[in-house]
Amino acid sequence: MSEPPLRRRAHTRTRDLERYAGLFAERTGVMRSSAMRDLMAITARPEVISLAGGLPDTSTFPAATFAAQMTRIAQESAAEALQYGPTEGFAETVDCIVQVMGAEGMLPDPEDVIVTTGGQQAIDLICKTLVDPGDVVVCEAPTYPGAVPVFCSYQADVVQIECDGDGMRIDELEEVLARLDGEGKRPKFVYSVPNFQNPAGVTLSLERRRRLVELARQRELLVVEDNPYGLLRFGGDPLPPLYQLDGGDFVLYVGTFSKILSPGIRLGWAVAPPPVMEKIVLGKQASDLCTSTLTQYFVREYFAEGRWQEYVASLVEIYRARRDAMVEALREHFPAQATWTEPEGGLFIWATLPEYIDTSDLLAKALREDVAFVPGQAAYVDEGRGRGSMRLNFSGVGEDEIREGIRRIGKAIGEQVELYGAITAERPHAPAGEVEDGDGTDSRPPATPPRPDSSEADSVVLPFRRTGEGSA
Amino acid sequence: MRVAVLKGGRSLERGVSLRSGARVEDALERLGHDAVPLDAGGDLVKRLIAEAPDVAFVAMHGLGGEDGTAQELLEILGIPFTGPGVAACGRCMDKVLAKQELRGAGVATPDWFAFNETAFRELGAADALSALEERLGFPLVVKPSRGGSALGVKFAASWFEVPEALVSAFSYDDRVLLERFVEGRELAVSVIGSEPLPVVEAIPGDGDRYDFEARYEIGRTEFVCPAKLNSGETAAVTAAALAAYEALGCSGFSRVDLILGEDGPQVLEVNAIPGLTDTSLLPQAAEAAGMSFEDLVERILDLALKPAAA
Repeated sequence: MSEPPLRRRAHTRTRDLERYAGLFAERTGVMRSSAMRDLMAITARPEVISLAGGLPDTSTFPAATFAAQMTRIAQESAAEALQYGPTEGFAETVDCIVQVMGAEGMLPDPEDVIVTTGGQQAIDLICKTLVDPGDVVVCEAPTYPGAVPVFCSYQADVVQIECDGDGMRIDELEEVLARLDGEGKRPKFVYSVPNFQNPAGVTLSLERRRRLVELARQRELLVVEDNPYGLLRFGGDPLPPLYQLDGGDFVLYVGTFSKILSPGIRLGWAVAPPPVMEKIVLGKQASDLCTSTLTQYFVREYFAEGRWQEYVASLVEIYRARRDAMVEALREHFPAQATWTEPEGGLFIWATLPEYIDTSDLLAKALREDVAFVPGQAAYVDEGRGRGSMRLNFSGVGEDEIREGIRRIGKAIGEQVELYGAITAERPHAPAGEVEDGDGTDSRPPATPPRPDSSEADSVVLPFRRTGEGSA
Repeated sequence: MRVAVLKGGRSLERGVSLRSGARVEDALERLGHDAVPLDAGGDLVKRLIAEAPDVAFVAMHGLGGEDGTAQELLEILGIPFTGPGVAACGRCMDKVLAKQELRGAGVATPDWFAFNETAFRELGAADALSALEERLGFPLVVKPSRGGSALGVKFAASWFEVPEALVSAFSYDDRVLLERFVEGRELAVSVIGSEPLPVVEAIPGDGDRYDFEARYEIGRTEFVCPAKLNSGETAAVTAAALAAYEALGCSGFSRVDLILGEDGPQVLEVNAIPGLTDTSLLPQAAEAAGMSFEDLVERILDLALKPAAA
C-alpha cells in the first residue's frame, strides 16, 4: 500500500453501542428488524424463484419510450428538471394524478392533492400529521406489511380487524370502536387497502364500503384509503372507491404510480381536505422539501403521450395470466388442507396452511429448494399471529417460474404435512398393548392437538373463491 | 499480506456473515493488509486460485462455511485459514454430535434426545416420544441439530406443543434434538488460541428470549462483560468452556455458549465461527480484555499462520 487510505470512522465498540443506545429515541424500541429480514436477504440470490417481492414487472415498459422521454426532458428542460420543485408537487403532475383517479371514478380538487415520494411517504406523512404516541390506529388483519413499521415508528397502538373474503369485517370494526369508546379512546384513523388487498388479495364489498363510509361520517372518524392496485382489475365490475362514496370529507386517499407505471420513480400522492393537507405539506417540507423533479417531469411527458391506460391494460393481461397460472399450480401442488384467495386483481394471493405449520420456518425449508415467499407474520403487528399463512406474489416472475415455484413450495408443505402425520400418528395405528407406558396413562398428544390459544384466531382463513371472470 | 475474506454463502445466516465479513475487511485494511472480499458462491475455488491469498479469513456462519465445507476446500488448495479445522467445524456445527463428544469428555450439557426424520417417517418414533416427559420433563427445547442464531429453536411447554415444534425444527435440518430446558443465566465464553476471554452475559430485554432478533439488534439485549459472577462461578464457567473447546478439537478461535443454572454451568453449544458483527459477543469480550477489533483480527490471523503460537 503506497498511500494511506482516507480515514474512515473508527470501529464501533461495545461502549459506543451503549452510548448510542442511550441516545436512541423511545420509538426505536418498537422499530424492529427481524429474522425474516435476514431470510429475505437470501431470496435475492439469482437462482431463487422469488414469489416474495411485491414487484410489478417493469421489463414490460418499452425502453425506447423511456429513452425518448428522458432525452426530450434533457434537451428541452434540463435546468428545470434538475432543480428543486414545489413541496406540493408540480401542477402538471397533479393533472396526471387527477386523470388516474378519474379513471376510477374520482374527481379530486387539485388543491387537495400533494405529490409524495411514493405512496409509502403518503402513509408516513398522514401518521406524522395525525398520530401521537399511544394513539389508536385501526387496520386490517392481515395488513400491508409496509404499513406496520410506519405505524410502529409513530408509536401507534395498532388494532387489527379480521378480514374475510369481502375484506375488513365492518361488524367487528363496530365492536372494536364501541369497546374503544368504553376505554375513552378514539382511533385517529382506519387504514384500509380496499382493492385486491396486500397481502390478502381480497376486495372490500360494496355493502361494506358503504357501511364504512357511513360509520366514518357518524363518528367523524378518518379513513385512510390506500389504493395502489385498483386499476389492476382482471375481471368483475370495479367498485366505487371509498373516497368517491364519501366525497373526500372523512376519507384521506393514498395513490401511487408504482403499480401502473414504475416503483423506481418513487411517485405517489395523498388527497386530503385543506386543513389536513396544510399540515401534511408542512410535514413533507420537513421530510424532504419536495418530490423528485426529474421523475415528475418524466410522468408529465409520459402522460402527454396519452397512452398510459394502454400500458395499464397490457399489465392487466400479463398479470391475469400469471394469476391464473398460480391458482392452477396451487390446486395441483398444495395439500387439501390449504386454502387460498383468488383475487380479481392486484399482485398477491394469500394462502393459509394447516395451523401446525409455521411459515417462517417453512421459508427456511423452501429456500433450500430455491424458492421464496413472505411469511404471514409480516402482515401482523402482534408477534405470533399469521404464522400459518403466506403471501405469494404473481406479478414479478413469468408463468413457468410461478408454476415451478409453487410446485417446490407445495412439495415442502407436503413433506411437513406428512411428517406431522407421522409424529402425531393416532394410537389405533399401533396394535393395542404393544406400546409400553410406565404409569399406564397416555400422555402423548392427540392426533390433532388443540392449540392452547385457540380463542384467538391465529390467522385469517379466507374462503375459497372462484373467479370465473378471470379465466376468460 | 493478502487476506481473502470468505463471507456470505447460501446459509440462512448469510446476512450476519456479510456483516461479520465487512467488519473484518475494514479491520484488515486498517492493519495495512490487502483484503480480498469473496462472497462464497459457485466460483469460490476459481477465485481463490486466481487471487492466491496468503491466508483466508473465514467469516462464514452456518452450513457451508461453519461446518467444515469451506475449510476442506481451503485445505485442498493449501491456503491457511482462520478458526477451527475441518473436523472441529463438523463437530461444532452438529449439535447432537457435539453433545455426544462433550458428554464423552465429561463436560456437562443438558440431557437430550435426538431424532431424525426417517425415525418418524419410517420407524414410528412417535411412540418413543412418551418417554420424553419422564426423561426430560417440560418445558423442553426443540432445536435443529445443525443451525445457528437460534433459527428454528422452539420451546414446548407441554405435549401439545411438541409436534409443531418438531415440524418447525425439521424445516432446518433432518435431525433435531429435544433438550431439557435449564433455567439459568445465559453466558458465553470466547476462546482465542487457548486463552479464554472474559465471560459475557446476555440479558434479553422485557422478558424476551435471547432469540435471533435479540442477538442482532442493538438495544434489544443487555450484554454485561465481564459478567457479574463470583470468582468461583467465573472459574467454573471458564473451565467448562475450555473443556468444551478442547473436547471438540477447536483451534484458532470459537465461542462456547453456556447456561449457569442451579447445578453449575452446562454447555449448550460451541460456535466454531462466532459472529463478528457490532452486536456479537466475541468482539465485546475481546474489548473487555483490552483488545481492539484490529488486535483481535491480527491475533486470529497469527494463529492461522503460526498454529504453534497458541
